[in-house]
Amino acid sequence: MNDFFILMKPELMIVAIIFILLFLKLGKGLSNNSLLLVIQILLLWNFASGFLMNATGHLFNDMYQTNAMMSLQKNILNGGVLLIALIFTEWFQKCEHLSEFFVLMLSALLGMFFLISSGNLLMFYLSIELATIPVAALANFHLDKKVSSEAAMKMILSSAFSSGVLLFGISLMYGTTGTLNFAAIPALLDGSALQIMAFVFLFTAFAFKMSIVPFHLWTADVYEGSPIAVTSFLSVISKGAIAFVFISTLYKVFQPYHTIWYSMVMVLSIVTMITGNLFALRQQNIKRFLAFSSIAQVGFILVGISSNSIQGTTSVIYFILIYIFSNLAAFGVAGLISFFTGKERIDDYKGLYRTNPFLSWILALSLFSLAGIPPTAGFFGKLFLLTSGAATGSYLFIGIAAINMIISLYYYLRVVRAVFMDTNESPVEKITIHPMTRIAFIFCGAGIVLTGIMSWLYDSIKALVN
Amino acid sequence: MMQPGLYHILFISAALFFIGVFGFFTRRNLITMLMSVELILNSVNLNFIAFNKYLWADKLDGLFFTIFVIAIAAAEAAIAIAIIINLSRNFQSIDVEKTDEMKF
Repeated sequence: MNDFFILMKPELMIVAIIFILLFLKLGKGLSNNSLLLVIQILLLWNFASGFLMNATGHLFNDMYQTNAMMSLQKNILNGGVLLIALIFTEWFQKCEHLSEFFVLMLSALLGMFFLISSGNLLMFYLSIELATIPVAALANFHLDKKVSSEAAMKMILSSAFSSGVLLFGISLMYGTTGTLNFAAIPALLDGSALQIMAFVFLFTAFAFKMSIVPFHLWTADVYEGSPIAVTSFLSVISKGAIAFVFISTLYKVFQPYHTIWYSMVMVLSIVTMITGNLFALRQQNIKRFLAFSSIAQVGFILVGISSNSIQGTTSVIYFILIYIFSNLAAFGVAGLISFFTGKERIDDYKGLYRTNPFLSWILALSLFSLAGIPPTAGFFGKLFLLTSGAATGSYLFIGIAAINMIISLYYYLRVVRAVFMDTNESPVEKITIHPMTRIAFIFCGAGIVLTGIMSWLYDSIKALVN
Repeated sequence: MMQPGLYHILFISAALFFIGVFGFFTRRNLITMLMSVELILNSVNLNFIAFNKYLWADKLDGLFFTIFVIAIAAAEAAIAIAIIINLSRNFQSIDVEKTDEMKF
């Protein structure tokens, strides 16, 4: 029984917070501002406790497993949610259904935790549904806006379709192996045609959830239409969780199919990087621009995944840690400006530096990090991804990835140029930043700068992966 | 009379799956698209039960999975229909061709 409480600590914490929020909602005694403060404190407590007492073990007949690496992955996601709660403070204070918003968001986070810990295909399916269905409800949070309901519709239909594809793959996998247990599957993979088809279906479902290119079409619309707090949750937390699971599934469960999935990952990675970059070049809306840039980033994550080594896992976890800081900072600035002025076009960002120097620096720092320019952590993240990918020896593939990094520089710097160099008669007016938001931005900025410099961080992640 | 074998059932479920996929891609009404997804999920249920009966009769994993799929499909349909109702209020239509606020 003690085992149960210690092993499932991260999940139980989230469940406890969800219950506290539900009771606070029932009480109706709290104003939005104090409720938000309570939520922020709870999430901070959750994040801090994520570092303590992390155990290794199995529960429920191997349905649930956890170890130090999974605890780290969960805590990275915890930190991301805390940052979202801090960055969008003012949006949340005006939000009509604050506790429902967090109940839904934390339910999705709970699903992601179970997803990371799942040791069985049934558990895997249930948690992937728990991680996506609440997000579709969140995407519809601006009930009276056309774009919001369109985004939610696209999200729920594509996720329902992709889970149908996933289920068909799981059913064929069950038919050919006779087990749903992750630990038992690798020994039973015999390379029959039906089994390979099942694997391709499973892979497709992952590609849908991670918005890898032929299956990315929902991404930009959902990101543009949803409220920006939801967009940042989707693009950072969801994507990070699915990447963690994708890598552990490929490396552990489908290791015997390594040669098959290596070529799939390579081709999809190239297509994803090129398409993401080309579409990001022509975007005018900042949310859409960030959506396509995040598709391109997934391409780079796939380069790391293709390496099939401990270094690959480490570099993906490290990159996602950096990606959380830089993408949340970028979405935070975009969200703040869109909330106060309603401006979302990149042209509106011209001359931002004159009126809002702090926001401009944060935005520039995060975009430099996303582009991978040396002093920032994004450079080291991409460097490790590409070096781990290069260990397999396909230098053409790595060369294409490097060329794509250069292309991506163009569009990231286009925004930086608009902010710092271009003049504008009617720039965005001065925005007063809430102290909580400022703390979160400073934390993101420090993360972007320091994560790359502190070399022990990469080594300690690597020790955990081992 | 001939008993249906595993292949017959697998053929039906594969056909059901691809009818669902075809419906999802060609239908323009949101409710019908949702129904197509349900077809896909039912083909999966059929698959699980057939595999459980003919290949792995000593295990119960497939049957349990079917029950869970039915439950989750209901939850998913509930959220999807709520979203579609809200969408029809905003757009006065449930045609996917009309929901084109965002493109490219």
